[in-house]
Amino acid sequence: MRAVLGELIGWFGDPAHWTGPTGVPQRLLEHLGYTALALACALVIALPIGALVGHTGRGGFLLVGLANGLRALPTLGLLTVVVLLAGVGLLPPIAALTVLAVPPVLAGTYAGVRAVDPAVVDAARGMGMREHQVLLRVELPNALPIIFGGVRSAALQIVATATVAAYVAMGGLGRYVIDGLAQLDYPQVLAGAVLVAALAVVLDAAFAGVQRVVSPAGARRSRRGRAGRVSAVRATEPGGTPG
Amino acid sequence: MIEFRAATKRFDDGTVAVNELTLTVEPGGITMFVGPSGCGKTTSLRMVNRMVEPTSGTVLVGGRDVRESPRAVLRRGIGYVIQQTGLFPHRTVLDNIATVPLLSGWPRRRARGRAAELLDLVGLPAELGRRYPAQLSGGQQQRVGVARALAADPPVLLMDEPFSAVDPVVRADLQDELLRLQQELDKTILFVTHDIDEAIKLGDRVAVFRTGGVLAQYDEPAALLGRPADDFVASFVGRDRGYRALGFLPAKGVPVGEVATVRLGGSVAAARDALRDGWAVVVDEARRPVGWVSASRLSGVDGEAAVSDELVESGGSLYEVDSPGGRAGSLRGALDAALSSPSARGVAVDADGAVVGSVTAHDVLRALADARQAGEVPS
Ligand SMILES: Nc1ncnc2c1ncn2[C@@H]1O[C@H](COP(=O)(O)OP(=O)(O)OP(=O)(O)O)[C@@H](O)[C@H]1O
Ligand SMILES: [Mg+2]
Repeated sequence: MRAVLGELIGWFGDPAHWTGPTGVPQRLLEHLGYTALALACALVIALPIGALVGHTGRGGFLLVGLANGLRALPTLGLLTVVVLLAGVGLLPPIAALTVLAVPPVLAGTYAGVRAVDPAVVDAARGMGMREHQVLLRVELPNALPIIFGGVRSAALQIVATATVAAYVAMGGLGRYVIDGLAQLDYPQVLAGAVLVAALAVVLDAAFAGVQRVVSPAGARRSRRGRAGRVSAVRATEPGGTPG
Repeated sequence: MIEFRAATKRFDDGTVAVNELTLTVEPGGITMFVGPSGCGKTTSLRMVNRMVEPTSGTVLVGGRDVRESPRAVLRRGIGYVIQQTGLFPHRTVLDNIATVPLLSGWPRRRARGRAAELLDLVGLPAELGRRYPAQLSGGQQQRVGVARALAADPPVLLMDEPFSAVDPVVRADLQDELLRLQQELDKTILFVTHDIDEAIKLGDRVAVFRTGGVLAQYDEPAALLGRPADDFVASFVGRDRGYRALGFLPAKGVPVGEVATVRLGGSVAAARDALRDGWAVVVDEARRPVGWVSASRLSGVDGEAAVSDELVESGGSLYEVDSPGGRAGSLRGALDAALSSPSARGVAVDADGAVVGSVTAHDVLRALADARQAGEVPS
């Protein structure tokens, strides 16, 4: 145990591991790049669908089922399928990671919009807002904390899983794990795992900070009840709340 | 101003919420929709701004079928206040109030300025404008709801149980405030409540609905109390409707008798001399009543001592006599003052709250009998 720890510290202490195309900074950037790209794709797909289904209340049951179905797909299997279809390159890992990130964003957006007080939505309509105004000016701003919760959990899942990119000859922190395994260089494997875990922790803390800043002041007092609902959504997705 | 023509609403599950409602709301004045829970009041109200579309029949506002204008445009011209307030939690109070002006394309500055005016109009301090709805009390939130509905100065105001979620004291305040606002603004207000007392207090006309969405009676409050159309209305209007009907009869025939008064802080000996029939009203320096002192309460107290709070018995309700510009006192007010007073004499005050005399229940009932004989009491 002690020996392993020493070797790990030795690995991190080696200046060669901190420079060049295989150095930690470069791998970290790649890893973050994949994460950002996959998250962006997931947002583009899941936000509008979740918002629309939440707003109309139609198809909620279908949406929850779909989200759970996607969640059940094994990322590695999916990656293999995409590689077989599209060849190696950036597309397969990003596609696989996007599929991973869509369910939490979708569920968060849908649940967030549904959780907006119906009286508030009723008043918005009664004041003479058009449907898109109701969604953009009232429902989404009030759903933001729950949506953000979904995005946060999606981002964490991507960061943890983006190691798969290395399977298809791409970069990222996963390289240390894959290469280390291939070369039977266990300190390197361990260093890769530690880096991924550390990145996840830092990212989560960053999200928590942003969440505090973006939550609108007016909602803070009434938010306590809703924050509870975020975790409820995560825990009870199978039951969900069909529209 | 608002006209229902055989308006019917049948929901998809077969529930008939409103059944062939035909009713005309005259411009100006407050019209109350009242009835037991589930009788279709809210549904009827929401047909006016097309939050609900009638299954058959039509609704007209200002002589035009509401279906002629697009929903959003129609609604911006009709104020809407609901029980849960529906204030936008993510917007400040001022921005909430400015909602409809902004939707109607007013420049931001002007909309904000207008919102500040309304905040003042509904009796809220300007500082509250920067707060968020969650930082207000229920009563304040309801005032903001009213201000928001009035922001674009719509001729028609729809109010769905706006005051039923606040405590009775705040509710009475809000009701008085609405009456004051209405005197100033003269809107056509359609107001839903399940509280018959609220309906009678606020309404110029009251529509009583029965379960199944059928209109049972549409009348002025005094007529509703005096001549209920049938047993349902009679029982809905309530047990003591005879007593409450006195609220609509002016007390001009009730003689205001003299009453002994003593100053708070004056000597007990002087108070003893002043007593009349064993009682005197204790007043402050502006002659406003503080309570009563009685012979029995003063007996055994040193004559040199001052009349202090401990010696004062709290009084009953006050009867405000006819005052120039003010509202005439009613027989109900006079009778209640007499019945609730420890001395059996109701304290009569003028518009400034100063004691002018007293009334007895006997005098009130005699005035009622006289008015009845003179044919002044509708029956
Ligand atoms: N969207 C709906 N779908 C089906 N039925 C409805 C719907 N909205 C109202 N109803 C039914 O229509 C009837 C009238 O409802 P409405 O809300 O107009 O009553 P209300 O007089 O306002 O009652 P309350 O005093 O409880 O507010 C009720 O039986 C209600 O259950
Ligand atoms: Mg109702």
